[in-house]
Amino acid sequence: MQPDLLKFLGFQAQRHLRGALRRPGDIVNPLVFFLMVVTLFPLGLGPDPDVLADLAPGIVWVVALLSSLLVSGRLFQSDFEDGTLEQLALAPHPLALSVLAEIASHWLLSGVVLALVSPVFALMLNMPGQAIPVLMASLLLGTLCLSLFGAIGAALTVGLRRGGVLLSLLIIPLTVPVLIFGTSAVREAVLGYDPGSWLALLGALSLVGLVVAPIAAAAGLRISLEA
Amino acid sequence: MTQLLKLQDVGLERGVRQLFTGVQLEVAAGELWQLVGSNGSGKTSLLRAVAGLARLGVQGSITCCPSMLFQGHLPGLKSALTCRENLLWHASGGVAIPLSGIDHALAEVGLVGYEDTVLGQLSAGQQRRVGLARLWLSKASLWLLDEPFTAIDVDGSAMLEQQLLRHCQNGGAVVFTSHQPTAVAGLRVLDLNQYAA
Repeated sequence: MQPDLLKFLGFQAQRHLRGALRRPGDIVNPLVFFLMVVTLFPLGLGPDPDVLADLAPGIVWVVALLSSLLVSGRLFQSDFEDGTLEQLALAPHPLALSVLAEIASHWLLSGVVLALVSPVFALMLNMPGQAIPVLMASLLLGTLCLSLFGAIGAALTVGLRRGGVLLSLLIIPLTVPVLIFGTSAVREAVLGYDPGSWLALLGALSLVGLVVAPIAAAAGLRISLEA
Repeated sequence: MTQLLKLQDVGLERGVRQLFTGVQLEVAAGELWQLVGSNGSGKTSLLRAVAGLARLGVQGSITCCPSMLFQGHLPGLKSALTCRENLLWHASGGVAIPLSGIDHALAEVGLVGYEDTVLGQLSAGQQRRVGLARLWLSKASLWLLDEPFTAIDVDGSAMLEQQLLRHCQNGGAVVFTSHQPTAVAGLRVLDLNQYAA
């Protein structure tokens, strides 16, 4: 890759990260949402530690999916509204690579942060200790998939005034395998089996997403800019 | 004379309405063009079509040199970043601009002392000026500017006119839209109302 292109991608990632860090609310909000929902489950299901431990993998994963849907829908919103997207589309560098830089920065601030704090949520739900590293690994890979697939939907709906419902309809079918592989990995670990194959499937999905999503999202953005 | 932009029989359809048809335009190096026309006559759409952002509903052929700078209605700047960061990390590829060049450009648009100020704290006119500072950094030969004089004061407009002229003298070309009558030597005018369908 040309050094020029690498430098440009570095600049784009820096622009995204620095901007997001100056508005920490955007990073903290999904975590607060996560915390609230996880606290509600023992209230709804009753505080029996065994029941909670049984349901914990599913609960954590479903909430992770929902909070990811909440934030990834707005992935390109501010760039679209302030004209950054126009300039990216006209830059001499491939739009797909700029999109990849944007998704990667987004994942660092949402998915990676979520995976890092997930042990706290797991302990709140009485998940056995041996499953926690697997939970973190599955969330790391899984949120990357969710960010990548979410970017495709976000790119297609960025120009629409009320794209929220359409976005969910477009994205949820793509996220179902991620949910199944993720919860299965954690459940296997809770039962003391080897979760390796499920994690490998999540890894494979991320690789497919890494190749396909930037190209698809770039094409979607160009369509959205036509309007 | 190097030709930087050529429009042959260009028309534009927006939904079911034909905005204009048969626009012919050749822009050579050194030329300064103003696009005029009433509101809704398609000035912005024409510029976006030329830049390659929106080619839906465009008829005819547009040949545009690849070395091009486009500044639309939207600033393309981030309100959470400082003036300096906005130009250094600009989405159009601010690569290889030394920081001293950025400070120089900000000084040219009258923003000395605001280099490290977050864009969101500046006034609307000052924010426009940050966007226009790109004109002092750009190496592109063809500039497409949509309403560059909006929200800019009298001094700023004079300074901007000077910069547009300087770019043309250095072998570039400028196409801009504006409702203000601009009194600049050598200005050519394309009136889209004449091509209204």
